[in-house]
Amino acid sequence: MTVNQFLILGALLFSLGVYGVLVRRNAVAVLLSIELMLAAVNINLVAFGSLLGDTLHTGHIFALFVITVAAAEVGIGLAIVILIFRNRSSANVDELDLMKW
Amino acid sequence: MVELVLFIIFGLAALFGAVTTVWARNPVYSALGLMLTLFSVAVFYVSNGAQFVAAVQVIVYAGAVMTLFLFVIMLVGVDRAEDRRENLPVQRPLALGLLVLFGAGVLVAGRFAWVTGAEGGRGAEGTVEALGSELFRRWVLPFELTALLLIIAAAGTVALGLFRRGEAEGGDEGEAGEGEEAP
Repeated sequence: MTVNQFLILGALLFSLGVYGVLVRRNAVAVLLSIELMLAAVNINLVAFGSLLGDTLHTGHIFALFVITVAAAEVGIGLAIVILIFRNRSSANVDELDLMKW
Repeated sequence: MVELVLFIIFGLAALFGAVTTVWARNPVYSALGLMLTLFSVAVFYVSNGAQFVAAVQVIVYAGAVMTLFLFVIMLVGVDRAEDRRENLPVQRPLALGLLVLFGAGVLVAGRFAWVTGAEGGRGAEGTVEALGSELFRRWVLPFELTALLLIIAAAGTVALGLFRRGEAEGGDEGEAGEGEEAP
């Protein structure tokens, strides 16, 4: 059981997440794609922690931190999406040019 | 052998879920596809010996976070069609070319041995006891900072939810009419 398969799967999932962030116009779908990228990063952390036989569990603990930060990010992000939808009755990220100079 | 078969099955499931997340027109299907991907990733955590991370992934991600996503999808509206036409002229073929380059790079990089050391070991088991003893000794300061971050995020979410346009100076009557005056 080598680590390469997990790394390739993580790269594929990360690429799909980047594609979703760049292509989707629904703000909630953009946040879902960000979650996909974070899951890919967690796969890499846990796979390397298992490969190195890390008795300090650094990979696992960093995966836990990533999950925590992702939860905080989702809370704030979805609150912002709801606020934007309340003000403009649309969650399309292409129409959000309020801060464009 | 069993692990390889499990990897193939759940790897395909994870990829299918990811493609569904990115491509589905209905955001509910996107959320369900991401849920499938997260469950498959939890299986990979278990096969790598990270049982506690897998449990946290299923409970926090696939449970709480995806429920939050589904709530917001229902609030924001599932029935509006998303415009899929692309306005950028040359970026899409360019992105395909870069994707081919990136895939070739990944395949080439996979042929080298980047990590030296004892290979094939399953590593230390990530039980609750082992992770807790490390988390509360070596990583206690980042752990407390995470608690601070979560408090700030919760307070920020509540503050954003209470914000109304035009009454930024006095928000004392915020709870009384919670949605009647929506335009």
